[in-house]
Amino acid sequence: MRITVTVDGVDYRDDVEPRTLLVHYLRERLGKTGTVVGCDTSNCGACTVHLDGHSVKSCAVLAVQANGREITTIEGLARDGQLHPVQQAFHQNHALQCGFCTPGMIMQAIDLLADNPDPDEDEVRHGLEGNLCRCTGYQNIVRAVRDAAQKMSPGSGPEAERVDETALVDRAPLHTGGGE
Amino acid sequence: MIPAEFDYVAPATVDEAVRALAAGGEDAKVMAGGQSLIPVLRMRLAVPTVVVDLSGLTELTGVHDDGDSLRIGAMTTHYEVQRDPLVREHARLLRLATDTVADPQVRHRGTFGGSLAHADPAGDLLAPALALDAVMVCVGPSGTREVPAAEFFVDYFTTALAPDELLTHVKVPKLTGWGAHYEKFNRVAQAWSIVGVAAALRVSGGRIADARVGLTNMGPTPVRARGVEEALIGQPATAESITSAATRAAEGADPPSDGNADAEYRSHLARVLTERAVTAAVSA
Repeated sequence: MRITVTVDGVDYRDDVEPRTLLVHYLRERLGKTGTVVGCDTSNCGACTVHLDGHSVKSCAVLAVQANGREITTIEGLARDGQLHPVQQAFHQNHALQCGFCTPGMIMQAIDLLADNPDPDEDEVRHGLEGNLCRCTGYQNIVRAVRDAAQKMSPGSGPEAERVDETALVDRAPLHTGGGE
Repeated sequence: MIPAEFDYVAPATVDEAVRALAAGGEDAKVMAGGQSLIPVLRMRLAVPTVVVDLSGLTELTGVHDDGDSLRIGAMTTHYEVQRDPLVREHARLLRLATDTVADPQVRHRGTFGGSLAHADPAGDLLAPALALDAVMVCVGPSGTREVPAAEFFVDYFTTALAPDELLTHVKVPKLTGWGAHYEKFNRVAQAWSIVGVAAALRVSGGRIADARVGLTNMGPTPVRARGVEEALIGQPATAESITSAATRAAEGADPPSDGNADAEYRSHLARVLTERAVTAAVSA
């Protein structure tokens, strides 16, 4: 099936099989390997991206369902070499150990702050309920999200992520497949 | 793993969806938010030939005021239900239960109707639908019919929906001004309910004038705790009457035994959680 999607500000046109998961499309077709696969059960949240400004687990969305829609991945957050404030806060608060859960944690944290610009500790923990850190580094993750909340002006959500200038990349169909 | 191959249809109207489902035959599968179905497809526990994706049916989203009840589109996401002002005012129990469903990412995609049609006995919205006397609007090739929640849930993951029918709307009678609480017991983040209790109460002059209690995961279908309701109605809204009524929580239930809990423990939980849920609903 032919789809047109905007990913991190760039428009792509591609042929995909209906069974292709969004996460595999992002990683294997577009090379957006910043979005990772951490489990096979849709529990871990490592593959979290934003679909039209709201967080989703990209292993639980079909690529064809993203047709005509806008996706932001961890790779689309930095602007002109400047990390997003939540990325900066994760860096400064040592909110990562092995780092595998970090892309999903950051994408979900940004979603949480868009809904609740000043969450208390309990609200952060509930807001990140869909993301697992196997290093159990939650303490500093929670600290980073609260730190980011302090540093950010309200509205880190869809508006802050929108990129005005888009380029169209028309891609030849490629073989899909492979697994985790 | 990745899903087995399937054909994908994304209808734009309910009529198109019904036709696509009929054309797909018995191996067609309806996808609402896909938050249960896509993991199942990935594990190849389901191998449909055709997936009929309802996500383009905007006519099935949103909450509408229908006089004595709310009419909730089956494709309304949990996230939308949580934030809907009509739900907040007239179906508080539904909002509180929806708050406990899965996690934020899943609530962005998962839908009210999808959860009900999936009919997982550990799903958190079945018991509230039963307790609130919700009515399911089902559409098929021969037209529309309405099925009360008490007849909709038939067995584990099985509803009264015919293979060629879609759940399009859910009518939820308004319980404006009632107290409500959903008490969910699980052990870790994202986990299913081991047992959950949905309670809605109307208190008048210090007495419980009306009561609705539904149980999650206390049998293959959600259970209405009629014994508790009878024991509560007309009684003073005190700790003593609530404790006494809660002893009847597991009456008529057929709780499963599994790796999380055996049936006896689930019955114990039903009593304890009913006491907590009703107590919270009285003061809410």
